[in-house]
Amino acid sequence: MAEKLYIEALREGLREEMLRDENVFIIGEDVGLYGGAFGVTKGLFQEFGENRIIDTPISEAAIAGAAVGAALCGMRPVAEIMFFDFFTIAMDQLVNQGAKNRYMFGGKAKVPMVIRGPMGCGTGAAAQHSQSFPAVFAHFPGLKVVMPSTPYDVKGLIKSAIRDNNPVVFVEHKLLYWTKGEVPEGDYTVPIGKADVKRDGKDITIVAGSIMVRRALEAAQKLEEDGIDVEVVDIRSLKPLDLRTVVSSVKKTGRVLIVEDDPISYGWGAEIAAGIAGSEAFDYLDAPIKRLAGLDIPIPYNPNLEKHAVPQVPNIIEAVREVLR
Amino acid sequence: MTLSREKKLWMYRKMHEIRNFELEVDRLFKANLIWGTCHLSVGQEASAVGAIAALDEKDMITSTHRGHGHCIAKGGKLPQMFAELLGKETGYCRGRGGSMHIADLEMGNLGANGIVAGGIPIATGAALASKLKKDGKVTLCFFGDGATSQGAFHEAVNLAAVMKLPVVYVCENNLYGMSVPFKKASAVENAADRAKAYNIPGIIVDGNDVEAVYNVVKEAVERARKGEGPSLIEAKTYRWLGHSKSDPRVYRTREEEEEWKQKCPIKRYRQQLISEGIEEEVLNKIEKEVEDEIKKALEYAQNSPEPKVEEIMEGVYA
Repeated sequence: MAEKLYIEALREGLREEMLRDENVFIIGEDVGLYGGAFGVTKGLFQEFGENRIIDTPISEAAIAGAAVGAALCGMRPVAEIMFFDFFTIAMDQLVNQGAKNRYMFGGKAKVPMVIRGPMGCGTGAAAQHSQSFPAVFAHFPGLKVVMPSTPYDVKGLIKSAIRDNNPVVFVEHKLLYWTKGEVPEGDYTVPIGKADVKRDGKDITIVAGSIMVRRALEAAQKLEEDGIDVEVVDIRSLKPLDLRTVVSSVKKTGRVLIVEDDPISYGWGAEIAAGIAGSEAFDYLDAPIKRLAGLDIPIPYNPNLEKHAVPQVPNIIEAVREVLR
Repeated sequence: MTLSREKKLWMYRKMHEIRNFELEVDRLFKANLIWGTCHLSVGQEASAVGAIAALDEKDMITSTHRGHGHCIAKGGKLPQMFAELLGKETGYCRGRGGSMHIADLEMGNLGANGIVAGGIPIATGAALASKLKKDGKVTLCFFGDGATSQGAFHEAVNLAAVMKLPVVYVCENNLYGMSVPFKKASAVENAADRAKAYNIPGIIVDGNDVEAVYNVVKEAVERARKGEGPSLIEAKTYRWLGHSKSDPRVYRTREEEEEWKQKCPIKRYRQQLISEGIEEEVLNKIEKEVEDEIKKALEYAQNSPEPKVEEIMEGVYA
């Protein structure tokens, strides 16, 4: 199997879906000739032309709303929001319109759209270009939320998201774009709403998402040298949430650490923790559930401060040792 | 443009349907028979009917919180509308939407909207879909004067202008955004003046003259269908009743209201039709038919079942 970059796998998924279904189009800022601020859509403009790779004015509300309207009329738009922080500018169209249309119209409308963009710190972009807040969207009935961590998953999930008949918030992490992994040629999908055990282990379960899956795997490798056998569950979808995979892992290991990229307060890790505590896994717990997440601060600019704002590999190692103590 | 007798009578009937529907809803509210709130368009019938009369059946609309009239003109069925307002299972939205969310996708009504200006980007997206699919449809986007101060309006109109999308923006300027007069909310005198910023036609029309509205919208629709891009039409009109059910109307005088009532779009059209030689009996007959229709529609709604609580989770996801 060929090794590919996350960004290439994502682009491949988008391209294959555009070839597969003429109703799929991409709309966003600088997605055309420029190829997107991070280069996700590079080359697609040349291949598909300006009618299917649509450059817009800097108007996030119009981008999201145009996607909702086009989706209501049978298209399958993929809207790119340049930075995840800018989702806030598109909130009404996404949350009051797209997410609610089907229910408030009595179950009659379909809004098959994807809205995607990169979250996360680690690039020195400071507070307004670095925040991770995928859990916000999981709070809105009508939306689905996925955050793939590997090149394999990003290709499979973008295909599932485009084929889904609901609005899907597709969460990327900037630092993942240039990571590598095995990606098969041709068509395959990864189901929305299914977590994935990325590493088997028996001593402790780490539940992580997005960039934190990579960091958890790196931590697990280091801990293995000390004879600690870590299982890593990649949550992959926040909505629908696959608690079953988490619960069965925790029943096996009896210990759990949840690692998130978002600020800790009201994060998705709290939802997982509550889910474990309220499940049959509760009786199997040998230690309290532990959460490790971002600090409750806007992301700072200074590189050392920035690094301390969200969990890094040494923090994960330390937290695992704490749970095992 | 000369309109056929059939079209004229259709417009007369639709304006009556809207007026009677709204007055019936007002009565039901006052009798506490309808839950929640709602926004009535009594006095604004001509802008809804004239604009929609300029569309082909396949064309689409987006509507507003004051949207019953748009829905009726676009072919909305009165029994299902009453049923929705009564929260019944047989309503357009199975009782999940209420007054502000009635949509009828099969008739090309992409929905009323509880968010001021919320439908403007959606209409723009619908027009984008038509451009991409080359299906020849035009989307008519209704909103009030208040919506022209929302960012979504400016973002969407600019996008449509840049992309030359087949959409016609119809601002029903009823002079007040809830209580604030348009002149206090806008530095330009007319909502249509905002069209200059997007290099599209901005046309002002007497919103209480149904044929005048028809004529300007027709031209804009044809322009849009030819691929020449959007237009912004401002229909100057007036809502006779309050903003919503609990509005004491302290921001305007009873004299002003009376003045506008003298410009009643329906009475005015009746006089016009009679002067053109349409027999009074024909108009009387339409009025009687509409009355009966309203009565039957309400009966249907009142006799309809409530939604089942066991089905409360249905319809969130497709």
